[in-house]
Parts: sequence; structure tokens; C-alpha cells
Amino acid sequence: MNRWLPFEWTAAVRFLREGRLQTIFIIGGISIGVGVIVFMSAMLAGLQANFIKRVLTSQPQIQLLSPDQVARPLRNGASEIEDAVVQRPSQRVISIDQWPKIRNQMLAMPEVIAVSPTILGSVLAVRGDASRSVNLTGIEPDSYFKIVKVPDYIVAGEPRLTSEDIIIGIELAKDLGATVGDKLNVRAASGATRVLTVSGLVDLGNKSVNQRVSYAALRTAQSLLGMIGGVTTIDMTVTDIYAAEEIAQRIQAANVVEADSWIKTNAQFFTAVQAQQNTNTLIRLFVGLSVAFGIAAVLVVSVIQRSKDIGILRAMGSSRGQILRVFLLQGGLLGFVGSLLGAAMGAFALVYWHSVARQADGTELFPLILERSLFVYTALLATVTGILAAMAPAVRAAKLDPVVAIRG
Amino acid sequence: MASEILKLERVCKAYNVGLPTETEVLHDIDLKLDHGEFLALIGPSGSGKSTLLNIVGLLDRPTSGRLLIKGQDTAALDDAEITRLRGHTIGFVFQYHLLISAFTARENVMMPMLVDRGFPGADLEARADRLLAQVGLEKFAGNLANNMSGGQQQRVAVARALAMSPDLVLADEPTGNLDTKSADAVFDLMRQVNRDSGTSFLLVTHNMDLARRCDRIIEVVDGRIRA
Repeated sequence: MNRWLPFEWTAAVRFLREGRLQTIFIIGGISIGVGVIVFMSAMLAGLQANFIKRVLTSQPQIQLLSPDQVARPLRNGASEIEDAVVQRPSQRVISIDQWPKIRNQMLAMPEVIAVSPTILGSVLAVRGDASRSVNLTGIEPDSYFKIVKVPDYIVAGEPRLTSEDIIIGIELAKDLGATVGDKLNVRAASGATRVLTVSGLVDLGNKSVNQRVSYAALRTAQSLLGMIGGVTTIDMTVTDIYAAEEIAQRIQAANVVEADSWIKTNAQFFTAVQAQQNTNTLIRLFVGLSVAFGIAAVLVVSVIQRSKDIGILRAMGSSRGQILRVFLLQGGLLGFVGSLLGAAMGAFALVYWHSVARQADGTELFPLILERSLFVYTALLATVTGILAAMAPAVRAAKLDPVVAIRG
Repeated sequence: MASEILKLERVCKAYNVGLPTETEVLHDIDLKLDHGEFLALIGPSGSGKSTLLNIVGLLDRPTSGRLLIKGQDTAALDDAEITRLRGHTIGFVFQYHLLISAFTARENVMMPMLVDRGFPGADLEARADRLLAQVGLEKFAGNLANNMSGGQQQRVAVARALAMSPDLVLADEPTGNLDTKSADAVFDLMRQVNRDSGTSFLLVTHNMDLARRCDRIIEVVDGRIRA
């Protein structure tokens, strides 16, 4: 007998050890449950991180735009409104009013990581007989590359943008028969034309985007689009990606701009992420419940099997509290040991699945994220679940009448 | 200090009180047991012996009447106080040995002390070994309960009953499941302890030969003590 273990611990361990087969089966059940929780949580966290990384490194988290231009009905008097149909005006491409001031304000916000002014417009890219309508984004590379990781998507050439350079999507390059170093004739709707050199090709992972995307230096785009000194959007990244919508709303309320967060512009994607999280939570909840019921069932049987032992202990002066603790500890121990084995099983399955499951291009399907906190929380949760599950059988054991218990 | 370890005054026990099925199983029991006395309680099955023993052992409460242990009226004690008094004053030996099978003989003997103190210790082990030696089982100290014969288990149960140096040991047909030789050995052991340490014994038995070897015989018939 271990001299450091109190009576309750010794009795709990001995009772579990004596009911060996029962203990092994329930620990096996708990381990599988915990293993599933660890495996699913880590894999879904990895998949989610991967999706979010893909989405958020190819677009800004918050984008500030000029507010929509609206038509106002004419009024004869202060309270009189004429009955008229108000038609939505066409939206001219206009610069954000006082954008340098807004940019500086954004940079001063503690939750903002990077801010980059950009200009967006449609141009015609012409090479020989081939021409394609493309979206031209004028950027300041230093700040913009902190928001959209263009260099990460470069598949040929380099992310260089002098006033004579242009980076284009790989599908656009195919359509135009262009490659790195080739010249493109870029024409704006106003008639302005510039000859730019293809410095790099990007693959943003979407064919239609790759057919239309192009980047040029901010000043080059401003001159092409006829908006010298102006910008159409201010792109931003923030520290907490899930707070982007709330930050965007705050910015919109305080400035004369329209602020769109990635959550709003990718509503479907965000809904899918949340649905995935909810499903994961539900699965964890039900696995946890089945583990709890398993522990409770085993301990209820144990209380019946051990009623004579409980009676003897009570006759020898053991208090109801001691009996209660003996069975609560059994629940906690089952949960704890099961969680350790389950966490190891889950981690092993995760490492194996990570090495087996690959994307079509051979890259990993999800990053292997084995956070220590996941194991600590799982072990803690399983132990608490075990104690809670043991509550009903433990109370039943503590309430046993010693006379009835001894008689069996 | 009262000369008697145990005193029952007009103790009654009824089940299903207030219901149409109310049954009184003990009627106006008056009983005294002096320090160092070895008393035999006999009677036919169903006469109320075990119920009386449970009340005396503080495992059950009387419906009416007074139960005094070492002069202390137990009626006013709450559950925790009753448990403490039982643990410190009374030792039990049951008919079916009732050792805890998950523990060794030594640990079973240590159990009342362990329950009382909360933690094991070398002193508890030493006392358990002394008690096992007293019942002649020092060689079996490390054996699990299930790895011993019925007679050996009952001797361990006697050693366990003595662990807290109780004033009173209640033995409910302790030899009922043993052969004659083992029964004699267990009885002699209890008698020896009674003589050596002055511990009082209340022995429930059907064996008249053993009952006659006690200091006094009380017969219970239909829930009453026959004079």
C-alpha cells in the first residue's frame, strides 16, 4: 500500500484494478472517444487554418471603398416629398475622399497590422492580335504584399513592380501568349495607353481569377485610369481575423467610407467554416456524452458489485463522504487515464492521416497542428466528465444502508 | 464511568412505521453488557437477533427506547457522530468473513485504522502485523483475501475487528460457515482476546456448545428476550 496515497485513492485504484476486464473495456471506450475528439479537432483546425490562409492571403481582410453614390429626390418644401421614381445612378470610379488622412488613421489603430492604398480599374491588355479585358490593381508593393501575399503566388518571374512592370495571372498569360519579360500594351477606357513588361506570373488558385488578374505600380495604374493621386480602395489586415467585421463596422461609422470585411464578402465561406465548427462541436458533445454514460454505467454496476464492501467500510467507520469520494475518484481516474491513451491514439492517427491524405498536387491536405493546449484541455475535460458521470453512482454508494449492503 | 459497555432500555424496532404493513420485530428489549463480558445471543432464525445486533452496532436505529454505549445515549447523535462512535468503539465479525477482496490480509486488518486516519503508515502496518500474529496468520499478511481458507479469513476478520482496540466486538454467527475445527479455533481466539484485553463480546450463534462456553446466554424469541 502506497503510504502517500489517502484511503480514498487507494480504495479507488484497488477497486479499478480488481475489476480489471471491466476497467480495460471502459478505458478502451473512453480512449476511442477522446481519440476521435483529438483527431477531429486537430484535423479540422488544420483544414480550417489552411482554408483561411488560402482565402486571407489572396485578399484583404478589410477593404475601404468610396461610399455608393445615391440620387436624392427633389423637394419643394422641408416636409414635402414629391412622388417620383428614384433611379439608382451609375457608379463612377471615384477616389476615396482624403484617403491619406484615412490611411494614417487606420495605421494608428492598435488592432490594424497593415494598410495599403490601391486603385482598381478595368483595362484592355493587348499583345499582337490577342486582347483581353483585365482587372488592373495599382499597388504599393511594400505595404500591399503584407496584406495579399502576391510573392507566395508567383510561379514565374519575380514580384517586382517598377513603373514599367506588370504582374499578370497565368491564365491571362496563356491567353495572350505572353511570358516573363514580354511587353504588353495596356489600354484604359479613356484611351490612355502604356507599354508594360511582364515581370511575374501569379497563380491565385482560381482559373477565372487567373484570367483577369494583373498588378501594376500604384502611380502607373493611377495615370492609366486617369486618377492621378487618387485611390479607389484602402486594403487592411487586422490582428484578429474574426473581429474583422466588427472593426469594419466601427470604421464605417466613424468615416465617410464603405468598409467591407472578408467575413461579409465571403459570407458563404464563413458560413461553411462556422457550420464545420458547429458540426465539430456537436460531434464532440455527443462523443463526450457517450463516454460519460459509459463511465456512469460501469460505475453503477461497480456499486452493485461492491455493495458488501461498501457496507463493511461503513460498519468500520467510513463516512458517507469517504465512500462518495472513492467512487468519484474512480470516475476521474477512468476519464484521466482514458484521455491520456485517447490523446496518444488521436495524435498517432493524425500523424498517419497527415502523411497519407494529400491534395491532387501532392501538397499536404492540412497542416499538422498538435497544440499542447488541445491535449491539456481534453485530459481536463475527460477527467471532469468522468467525475461528473460518477456523481450518480457515487451518491448511490454513499447513501447505501450498511445493513442492507452487508446483507447483499 | 458506567460499568456496562452497553445498555438497552425498552428498545423497540418496527418496520414500515405508520403503514398498514407496520411490523414490530423487537419488543421492549432491556439488555446490559458489562465491560469484559462475553455474552451469547441465541434464538431461532427470524427471532430478531440480527436486528438487535444491527441496533447495538449502530448500523440501525431503534424505533423507540434508549441505547447507551459507554453511558452515552445514542439517540441524540447525528449520522457523522454515530459513524465515529461506531468506528472507535465497536468491532464487527460477520458470518461470511466479508473481507474486502481487493486488499491483502494486512490491508484488511489496517482498514478500520486507515478509514479513521485517512492515510496509511508504518505504525498501522506494524499494528496490523501484530494482530495477524495474534491470530496466527503472520505468514499470510500479504495474501489477498480470496487466497485464504474460510477459517483463515474469519481469523483475519477477528484481527480486523480488534484493530481500533474496540470496547465491544459484535460477532454475527462468526462460526456459522466453518467446520468444527475452524469454528473452535475462531471461538477460542475470541475468548482469548476477551480474557487478555478485556474486550466485551456479543456473539450471535446457533451453536449451543459454543454458547455454553460464554459467560452468559440470552435467548431472543419472537423479538423478546426470554428470561
